[in-house]
Amino acid sequence: MSQQMSQRTPLAKVRGLGSAKEGTEHFWKQRLTGVSNLILVCFAIWLVVKLAGADYATVKRTLAKPQNAIPLLLLVISGVIHMRLGMQTIIEDYVQSEGRKVTALMLNSFFTMLVGLTCAFAVLKLSFGA
Amino acid sequence: MAEARRAVERPLSPHLQVYSFLINMVMSIMHRATGAALYFGTLLLAAWLVSAAMGQKQYELVSELFAHPLGKVVLFGYSWALIHHMLGGIRHFIWDTGRGFQIWQVNLLSWLTILGSVTLTIVLWAAALGIRGGF
Ligand code: HEM
Repeated sequence: MSQQMSQRTPLAKVRGLGSAKEGTEHFWKQRLTGVSNLILVCFAIWLVVKLAGADYATVKRTLAKPQNAIPLLLLVISGVIHMRLGMQTIIEDYVQSEGRKVTALMLNSFFTMLVGLTCAFAVLKLSFGA
Repeated sequence: MAEARRAVERPLSPHLQVYSFLINMVMSIMHRATGAALYFGTLLLAAWLVSAAMGQKQYELVSELFAHPLGKVVLFGYSWALIHHMLGGIRHFIWDTGRGFQIWQVNLLSWLTILGSVTLTIVLWAAALGIRGGF
């Protein structure tokens, strides 16, 4: 298609090149998880400061308590969604080649899922495991 | 078919070099940089939780790595990045309400973010080290 001599309207030209039409959803989820991160990260910092230098038995007992395990699980979920969205923005801003971009976005999904499930599994094992 | 192979021409964000140096610009870069650092820093949280779930030996090994001077430097950096990004996030939330866009407000929020993050990080480390003599 010739770009100079086209009879097409400017709108028609940008159609199909433009956004993936999920921008608002992305923005909103980034804010939503930002707010939940804010609360949950404060909790986690408090927990880690309290457990700094504690022996293994204390750490294990503390992390197994529901009032600690549940916020930790929430943090893992909220954090992982937030970091996946955030890294997606960074990739879309900087990676120009379509092929490399799709690969990077896939790796982003795989990595965040893996880290998230691993953390969640560990917290659950501390609560329910032997 | 040469056409189909062309990269889709979506606009990219402008490069950093075209702007003059301003504190709010530095904080904007730092928000992104700390976000990216935290992304990989999540592996530290994973190491801590997984080792605790595995058993005493594994937990003590990871604790030793964290207590090593190099480990401490990494953890300090991670904690600062987390707090800095958190305060930067609050700045974004203020902006999201449509407030804080006067130049002096933007500058004030930027300075509060950096000064606040450094202060809070040091206070928290002092608290953590004070409680039981450290990691
Ligand atoms: C502690 C509470 C947190 C708050 C309040 C927060 C808030 C935010 C906000 C508002 C944004 C959007 C910035 C923008 O639109 O330009 C953002 C971006 C981002 N966040 Fe967070 N966040 C938090 C924690 C985290 C954590 C724990 C991680 C990683 C594990 C993370 C990774 C990212 C990344 C990678 C971005 C994208 C940066 C960019 O596009 O420049 N954030 N955060």
